[in-house]
Amino acid sequence: MSRTSEAQRPLSPHLQIYKPTVTMVMSILHRITGAALFFGTLLVVALLVAMAAGPNAYGTVQAIYGSIPGKLVLFGYTWALFHHMLGGVRHLIWDTGAMFDRQGRTSLGWATLVGSAGLTLLVWALVLMR
Amino acid sequence: MHSEKKSIRTPIARVRGLGAAKSGTGHFWLQRLTAVSNIPLTLAMVVIVVMLAKLDYAGARALVANPLVGILLIAFLVSALVHMRLGMQIIIEDYVHEEGMKIVLILLNTFFAVLMGLASIYAILRIGFGG
Repeated sequence: MSRTSEAQRPLSPHLQIYKPTVTMVMSILHRITGAALFFGTLLVVALLVAMAAGPNAYGTVQAIYGSIPGKLVLFGYTWALFHHMLGGVRHLIWDTGAMFDRQGRTSLGWATLVGSAGLTLLVWALVLMR
Repeated sequence: MHSEKKSIRTPIARVRGLGAAKSGTGHFWLQRLTAVSNIPLTLAMVVIVVMLAKLDYAGARALVANPLVGILLIAFLVSALVHMRLGMQIIIEDYVHEEGMKIVLILLNTFFAVLMGLASIYAILRIGFGG
């Protein structure tokens, strides 16, 4: 059941041909962070289910989230959340037709990166502040 | 499906009823709608979780039992789960070309999102109603 005929046509160039640009890297990161957040939702759901289950289950989840590997995963989840959110805002701006010029899309790409790093550090400063 | 035989059917007759007319933007639109609702709701979720991190068990339960907090969390979960289900479907359709595997993964995608939603919303309601 071949869906397309096996004609000998030239292939279009793929990733390894192009020099990376900020728009291209942000596009790839948007998809990767989106996929990561899909599974990261489990972190929020597990916390709520453990809380409803009782103090023992909640203590277990808190201990896992408070450990070094747990904190690293949560840190990554926080960054993915903010990066995907700002990437989404970028796409919503583009949906209006604005900032499609070279200058606009390049600055939006960098703003996504700088903004997500800043917001992630802000949240973790709040978490770690006593 | 697309035979090489000559047919008297017009191109429009061949595609009519195969979908993607008028309702074709449904996926796109719901993706944008939930993208917009995700922004304030995710920020609310992050603030709530940061507050939870500083509370003991009783305090954490009391916070989630607050109606505003509970409703914001449920709204976040519904909005985020719908959005992530649509996004993952696109990823599956982009990379999985084997028809059977694609359908299985698209089914599992929906089952996962629904399961996450039911488990977490049940938990929030149970905490809210003091069960």
